[in-house]
Amino acid sequence: MKIHEYQAKELLRHYGVTTPRGHPCFSVDEAVAAGAELGGKVWVVKAQIHAGGRGKGGGVKLARSPGELREHASRILGMQLVTHQTGPEGQKVRRLLIEEGADIRKELYVGMVVDRGSQRVVLMASSEGGMDIEEVAAHTPEKIHKVAIDPAAGLRDQEAADVARRIGIPDVSVQQAVALLHALYKAFMETDASLVEINPLILTGEGKVIALDAKMNFDDNALFRHPDIVALRDLDEEDPAEIEASRHGLSYISLDGNIGCLVNGAGLAMATMDIIKLYGGSPANFLDVGGGATTEKVTEAFKLMLANVNLRAILVNIFGGIMKCDVIATGVVEAARQVRLTVPLVVRLEGTNVDLGKKILADSGLPIISANNMADAAQKVVAAAGGKH
Amino acid sequence: MAILINENTRVMTQGITGKTGQFHTRACIQYASGRNCFVAGVTPGKGGQDFEGTPIYDTVAEARAATGATVSVIYVPPPYAAAAIDEAVDADLDLVICITEGIPVRDMIHTRYRMRDRKTILVGPNCPGVITPDEIKIGIMPGHIHRRGPVGVVSRSGTLTYEAVGQLGEVGLGQSSCVGIGGDPVNGLKHIDVMRMFNEDPQTEAVIMVGEIGGNDEETCARWIKDNMRKPVVGFIAGVTAPPGKRMGHAGAIISGGEGTADAKLEVMEECGIRITRNPSDIGKLARSVLK
Repeated sequence: MKIHEYQAKELLRHYGVTTPRGHPCFSVDEAVAAGAELGGKVWVVKAQIHAGGRGKGGGVKLARSPGELREHASRILGMQLVTHQTGPEGQKVRRLLIEEGADIRKELYVGMVVDRGSQRVVLMASSEGGMDIEEVAAHTPEKIHKVAIDPAAGLRDQEAADVARRIGIPDVSVQQAVALLHALYKAFMETDASLVEINPLILTGEGKVIALDAKMNFDDNALFRHPDIVALRDLDEEDPAEIEASRHGLSYISLDGNIGCLVNGAGLAMATMDIIKLYGGSPANFLDVGGGATTEKVTEAFKLMLANVNLRAILVNIFGGIMKCDVIATGVVEAARQVRLTVPLVVRLEGTNVDLGKKILADSGLPIISANNMADAAQKVVAAAGGKH
Repeated sequence: MAILINENTRVMTQGITGKTGQFHTRACIQYASGRNCFVAGVTPGKGGQDFEGTPIYDTVAEARAATGATVSVIYVPPPYAAAAIDEAVDADLDLVICITEGIPVRDMIHTRYRMRDRKTILVGPNCPGVITPDEIKIGIMPGHIHRRGPVGVVSRSGTLTYEAVGQLGEVGLGQSSCVGIGGDPVNGLKHIDVMRMFNEDPQTEAVIMVGEIGGNDEETCARWIKDNMRKPVVGFIAGVTAPPGKRMGHAGAIISGGEGTADAKLEVMEECGIRITRNPSDIGKLARSVLK
């Protein structure tokens, strides 16, 4: 799960991380009032969307007067902000963060993620802040410093101080940086985060260490023990189809093709998308119906796929292991009747009672195209969707 | 021969009284077909009871002492599953197979850290389990599609493994053992660990390696294969069409920071001498072709 920058900053402030003062705003008037309340002569108007790259897309502006603040807030609020992470259609800006300006002497980077190799949380830091860190990692990997944090001991003072010095924090400010890194790690662990990123972390003219930006993602599997974080979820930032799917226990991702896929198991679902592509088609979605492909779940899955205006055909690929093929076939037929399917349906069943399952499909009177294996299914569904493109 | 488990393995089921635990324990006992493999269940507070004749104990240590079981399979719900692994590790079991899907990553980080100097081997979590056909299955895979034979199978995904095994059946090949290592980012055995075991197993003549997007375990395994493997390996990676930044069902199946793409994995595997296919329908035929 993702949250907004202003929410991440609020959360991190509780752990002792220093951030600029600021207020979230939902209207232009609120933004102007927030500027007045903060005082000073310079403010930053920041679009709050979950995607990164907001600055380049025109979603972050400096205001040097209340008039300019109003102007920027009016332009950004409600805009379709396009960044490299939003896709070409962009994301509508519904919230702003108004912050006091900062005196930036140096822009640095710190982040924490779970590293699969070491099976630990890894602290990453770089002197090259304010840039796309993936670019830094690709071109100048020597400028990224990493520490795999010992799960029992936590981040050690010495490790934190070393990293701080390596990214160019002057001696007088090292203690501040160490405190900040400790706070970040504590926040990461206590909230079951999957990612914390401060880009940039800045050093001010006075030598203060401040989190100028903040990004936090959380482990979906741990949300059950964090109702306070679940409350921060912003459904406006998520794909409505994916929200609807999660309500029914389906794992669904929208893609830009025209062949709907309904599969049991994540690996087989990806392999099904891959083979559709291999035979010249294009998948409209990833959909893992899970272990129990019940009539209810298949019905909801059909509805989700049919809501996509680009949909031209559906491929159901189920490997019936524990669940028998006749039960699945009955569910598919029932679901297809309920939703009044308007596109061709190709079904490939394999596993226990497969012959009985195929007979149920054939006897249903529905125009279901039966397939014998994955290659056969993919070829049939690509043809049914109007051929290669 | 086979790897990890055989007909002499004695298993306890942690979480035997839950719906999932009951269902699959029944299926596993049936697959063992009279061999006394599933000897105990563990559910705190239900010690002294039994599940259809299988005695239940309060703790793993008691179950081990009373029955001699040295392997456990875990169906405990996600909030308690890591603690269940910890308990099995503390009781010095040889092997723990954790089926549970949805364990928080932080819990697994701590559990794996506790395991670092222990002898217990972990398979999973979020996996279908392990099967040695015609001897024993421990987990949730459909037993009937498997048959004994020369092909080892290691995979991060459940149903995609069944797909590969089903295709082996069509080309007349059986399996030595099939190991589902699971789709989570922090887990026990990796591809490379299972590959080492297949390399040493006399029954295994070839290995199918099924991977998916995310991480670099497949690459690590491929490099090891290049220098050490004495048997042919065929491979498939799911997720060539997966977009970056989107988690594809499994917690570990995500392309992030430009790492973990299917194409990159396939490229390394091919360079290391693994026979790869981009067509998931061809896995069985490819395995047939390397076994002369």
